[in-house]
Amino acid sequence: MIEFRSVSKSFGDTRVVDDVSLTIPTGGITSLVGANGAGKSTLLSIAARLLPADRGRVLVDGLDVATTPGPVLARRLAVLRQENAMSVRLTVRELVAFGRFPHSGGRLTAEDHRLVDEAMAWFELDPLADRHLDQLSGGQRQRAYVAMVMCQGTDHVLLDEPLNNLDMRHAVQMMRMLRGMADELGRTVVLVVHDVNVASCYSDRIVALREGQLVAEGPTADLMTPELLRGVFDVEVEVHELAGRRIGVPWS
Amino acid sequence: MSSTTERRSGAAPAPSGQVRRRRGVRRRHVAAALAALVVAALGSLFVGVSDVSPADLLDADEAGTRVFWTSRVPRLTAILLAGSATAVAGLVMMSLTRNRFVSPQTAGTTEWVGLGIVVATLAFGSTSVLGKMGIAVAFSLVGTALFVWLLQRMVLTDIVVVPLVGILLGGVVSAAAAFLAYRFELLQSVDAWMNGDFSGVVAGRYELLWLVPAATVVAYLYADRFSVAGMGEGFAVNLGVPYTRVVTLGLVIASVVTAIVVVGVGSIPFLGLVVPNLVTLALGDNLRRVLPVTAVTGAAFVLVCDVVGRTIRYPYEIPVGTVGGVIGGVVFIVLLLRARRRVA
Repeated sequence: MIEFRSVSKSFGDTRVVDDVSLTIPTGGITSLVGANGAGKSTLLSIAARLLPADRGRVLVDGLDVATTPGPVLARRLAVLRQENAMSVRLTVRELVAFGRFPHSGGRLTAEDHRLVDEAMAWFELDPLADRHLDQLSGGQRQRAYVAMVMCQGTDHVLLDEPLNNLDMRHAVQMMRMLRGMADELGRTVVLVVHDVNVASCYSDRIVALREGQLVAEGPTADLMTPELLRGVFDVEVEVHELAGRRIGVPWS
Repeated sequence: MSSTTERRSGAAPAPSGQVRRRRGVRRRHVAAALAALVVAALGSLFVGVSDVSPADLLDADEAGTRVFWTSRVPRLTAILLAGSATAVAGLVMMSLTRNRFVSPQTAGTTEWVGLGIVVATLAFGSTSVLGKMGIAVAFSLVGTALFVWLLQRMVLTDIVVVPLVGILLGGVVSAAAAFLAYRFELLQSVDAWMNGDFSGVVAGRYELLWLVPAATVVAYLYADRFSVAGMGEGFAVNLGVPYTRVVTLGLVIASVVTAIVVVGVGSIPFLGLVVPNLVTLALGDNLRRVLPVTAVTGAAFVLVCDVVGRTIRYPYEIPVGTVGGVIGGVVFIVLLLRARRRVA
């Protein structure tokens, strides 16, 4: 469970996150949606302790992210940010194995190796295991990063725009893998996505933000309505039911 | 699950075949490098103006034996210590600044050490080795800190521009050192101190260098944390690594090693840059794996430069700093051009 308690954050005079209180329950996939600059990534960065909140607290399983020692939190919460410009030349397997660092500090046990193998297999990375990251396509690299985060073995996984750089096929594949992480492995997955239909098709809950404030949160079906989407994105959206899924179609 | 996976990777023969080949080469290369280093090291013990042959060593009163123990062995030890530590310092600095062209030799650190040596000489005279070292270490830390401070504020973070700024900074600092030295008539001695040269290494004058392997060992213990920090702050924080503390520790190690080596034997240009670049180009950036190889290669590089300098104009010597500068400079330019091509 991740709790945000009256979290605020400003950059200069701009209030990017404005008094957000929110509880993300254990299990399933929760998607943070909102227009550009709505504060989704900032909120995620605060939970990931990459940014300090100006006010308020974020608790992961009751542990305050601002005061809990880094290694302790790194065993409960894994985060992947949006831009991952990494110049380090590691092989895919080396990268994924670094996910075990919070547990074993670099000396991998047999159990660690097993979990690395599992993450590699889960994301279908075995054929690429000994390739260097700079020899991969953007989509393959993204998959390797997510595999590393999964390998960290945390109950909570926060991903900022995990579909970046992915074409349609790989985006669907990634979402299926994340769905599996939630359903089969019982992880709590929190995503920032800009495509509301991805959120609609793959997540259990949606959290909608606008100009730093929480607009609505709840089960996906309850939030996929024309009124709410208009309020969040400032554009007229029709919502159609297609094969049991709610799809938003913007028009102007 | 795992058996299906294996079959899957077996179905794609090209990558897995490539992998197996690369791994085999890797092991053999390391063993070969070590063997070559040992042979070259033993050989270097018998290169020099006075004839010393292995047979002479059996006789303790022989003049050759004295030369061997007071000059040849200390010289070899100094070469191995300085070479390995400088290369490792370069490796650590390049991964922590996330720029493969940043090393103590291209960030101005070496020049700050030079300025420190001049200041120490003016303050304590030329005899106080400890005073010299203390002040050199302090200047080295200040210089690296200043460079990192600039780096964080730099708008142009182009991979080639960053080290050029460091080299410029070093130029300014070394000009200041030269001015001071000129005013106090130390110019010639400064040149002699700064240019890496092992000909002055005899027993009793190099023992300071025994401090640097300790720094290398600490660097090895922190290798994984340095690798994680090299991935960037986001990854480091996610993995529970205290980013700022680890980066600071690594840069302090690099600065202290640079100061001690320059005070001890002078500067070997490009060593900390060229060796880590060549090693990581071949083996990747996982520090735990490449750090030992970098240390061996750094020692070998300096040893080769020293032996070349000793034999090329026999019986005279060309300082290792000059030989290393020529060889290292050429490799540096090749690496720069490669990087440019890859970016473009």
